[in-house]
Amino acid sequence: MIHYIKTFLLIDILIGLKLAFKYMFTKRTVTVNYPFAKANHSVRFKGEHALRRYDNGEERCIACRLCEVICPAQVITIESEPRADGSRRTTRYDIDLSRCIFCGLCEEACPVDAIVEGPNMEYAAENRNELLYNKEKLLQNGDMWEAFLRKRLEIDAPYR
Amino acid sequence: MEWFYNIINSGWFNLIWPFIFLVIKVLVIIVVILLCVAYLTWLERKIHAAVHLRKGPNVNGMFGLLQPIFDGVKLLLKEIIIPDRANKLIFLMAPVLSFVTAIAAWAVIPIGNHLVFSDINVGILYLMAISSLGVYGIMMAGWSSNSNYAMLGSIRSSAQIISYELSMGVLIATVILNVGSFNLSDIVMAQEHCWFIFKLLPAAVLFFIITLAETNRLPFDLPEAEAELVSGYNVEYSGFAFALFFLGEYANMILMSSITTILFLGGWLPILNIGILNYIPGIVWFVVKVIILLSLMILMRSILPRYRYDQLMKLGWKWYLPISCGFFVIVAFCLRFL
Repeated sequence: MIHYIKTFLLIDILIGLKLAFKYMFTKRTVTVNYPFAKANHSVRFKGEHALRRYDNGEERCIACRLCEVICPAQVITIESEPRADGSRRTTRYDIDLSRCIFCGLCEEACPVDAIVEGPNMEYAAENRNELLYNKEKLLQNGDMWEAFLRKRLEIDAPYR
Repeated sequence: MEWFYNIINSGWFNLIWPFIFLVIKVLVIIVVILLCVAYLTWLERKIHAAVHLRKGPNVNGMFGLLQPIFDGVKLLLKEIIIPDRANKLIFLMAPVLSFVTAIAAWAVIPIGNHLVFSDINVGILYLMAISSLGVYGIMMAGWSSNSNYAMLGSIRSSAQIISYELSMGVLIATVILNVGSFNLSDIVMAQEHCWFIFKLLPAAVLFFIITLAETNRLPFDLPEAEAELVSGYNVEYSGFAFALFFLGEYANMILMSSITTILFLGGWLPILNIGILNYIPGIVWFVVKVIILLSLMILMRSILPRYRYDQLMKLGWKWYLPISCGFFVIVAFCLRFL
């Protein structure tokens, strides 16, 4: 009985309208006016990749290939040789950023914190070749973003 | 300037001037309606965004007011893809028919005191006839697309429209009982003392719900359900043909809202017959009422879920038709004996 009264008086539609008006007139919009304002990302945000170095300038990567093995999308390609001074280093370290799924497993697998995912997401390219990063590009990234990467690793270290 | 005065004063100019004036009036009406339809899309996006706690278009032009123009240009520049074994003539005629019937009905709508393109004495009958013709456009679109989803969508849509037209006709007859004439201007003038929404509230509410069903808007959205049928009979259309369907649907929305205001909300009459309110021209009242009804239709879309097809048909035949007929009998009884 009460069900029929509610149906004929359209009570549920009026309740829905009340909710719509409440949201329209009393709440602030949550739109961020990108690109003039940017949203806050967490410390663990997984963006563009970078290869880091030690403080004395030596590159961290020792070509252990743990990242290549763990990558689910198999986008990392590594070739290595002993360097002139006898240490183990890569000659080729390619990441195909158009196939990467940004899961962060390579960063977790690396024993020396060489490959990391930085906070950068604004690296749009105009054709696919520019998205196939090779070792130089990754090292360059690392030098550019080193301050951010070090700070993020410091903040996140207790939880890893 | 002498040649100008020579032309105006010559005999044959007086003969053809009425026709030129007619063409100018038609062009003015069509251009104004197209602009209104384009900005109705803007209003819809802004209202949906406000309910969703976001801002609508606000990049192109101040408050996004140039957005409909950019949308129109984009649709014009896209290619019209005609499916392989589609019936080309019917495929291209269907959106034209849809759009033309949506615009042709505006010939009899009075937007102000004596501001109507053609003041015929069977205005309401003309409107019912034109909206019944609109079903052909949808059927042609679904059939000629040669795709099973389009076919299903168009079958459902035509069935829905013709079922709800019955109740619409009976409700219009209920209003005509109080007026005594089919002329739309007479219907408006009969509401001078009291709008029909106060005298016939159930009919007004039911009529508003039926206008949602007639224009394929939520909650009666299944024929063009964007998630399930991928816009039903529209699915094979792109470019300008799709733009015509889109414009036709929104022009139908504005048309149905105008019919609702003329029948129930007093058309171009002010709220009370006081001196101050009488000075505001009738057009302003009409536009304000139509905008309120359109906003209500858009709000209904943003808050309600969709009816399933069998629930939709059950509503149309088992609930709305008996209620409208019953209300008609009650109103006739009250008018005759009370």
